[in-house]
Amino acid sequence: MAAIPLINVLFIAGVLFSIGMVGLLVRRNVIFMLISVEMMLNAAGLAFVAAGSRWVQPDGQVMFLFILAMAAAEVSVGLALVILLYHRFKTLDTDVASLMRG
Amino acid sequence: MRTLFFAASAVAIFSSLMTISSVNAVHALLYFIVSLFSAALMFYLLGAPFVAALEVIVYAGAIIVLFLFAVMLLNLGRSGVEQEKRLLRPSVWIGPALLAVVLAAELVYVLSHGTYAPVGVEVVGAKKVGISLFSTYLLGVELASMLLLAGLVGTYHLGRKES
Repeated sequence: MAAIPLINVLFIAGVLFSIGMVGLLVRRNVIFMLISVEMMLNAAGLAFVAAGSRWVQPDGQVMFLFILAMAAAEVSVGLALVILLYHRFKTLDTDVASLMRG
Repeated sequence: MRTLFFAASAVAIFSSLMTISSVNAVHALLYFIVSLFSAALMFYLLGAPFVAALEVIVYAGAIIVLFLFAVMLLNLGRSGVEQEKRLLRPSVWIGPALLAVVLAAELVYVLSHGTYAPVGVEVVGAKKVGISLFSTYLLGVELASMLLLAGLVGTYHLGRKES
């Protein structure tokens, strides 16, 4: 029973990040776009934790904590904006809000 | 241990794909919770139990609940008994439930094999993380607290009633 090779974990993190990015580019519903951003942040955190585990250092986990705090702040502001968008346009489609003058 | 890790990553990738490809937001969130659980299991198998616990508590416990609140808040106008019934049908939750059963079986297997820590991986526990967090990265902690405060003020500003 050996440890898990770093390259495999990085590959999995890359796949998860790509899935999140495809979701962000393909979907037009703003809730799904926020979920995809969360998925990408989580994949980045997985890469950090894997690197920290490879060199047996706590730095990777500390970086994951920072990502977690950032994701929490981002999601609270993002969801407040989503609710404002829905109240103003009565839809969650981001294409209706693509003009800068609203 | 390696097999368990790759099983967890397969569950993560599959549930992530289901997340971005499902139409209903609540279904997508259920699959995303499973994806986060499998990521937590991966963190545990990588020797990071503290971060695994935080992934479940903060991500799956707080952020996803925030998402669910927003979704339910937006559906409030046109929701009703009909929609509630549709959400309780087995076809909604059977997929995430099966994936979660896979993860639970892995968790029971890991915990029942005696060793508290995964084999072949050196554990970096909460103590080392805490010491590093509050000595080397103290400035980062302060910046994160200011970021959270900014998020709080911003959310309050956006959510307040227009007078």
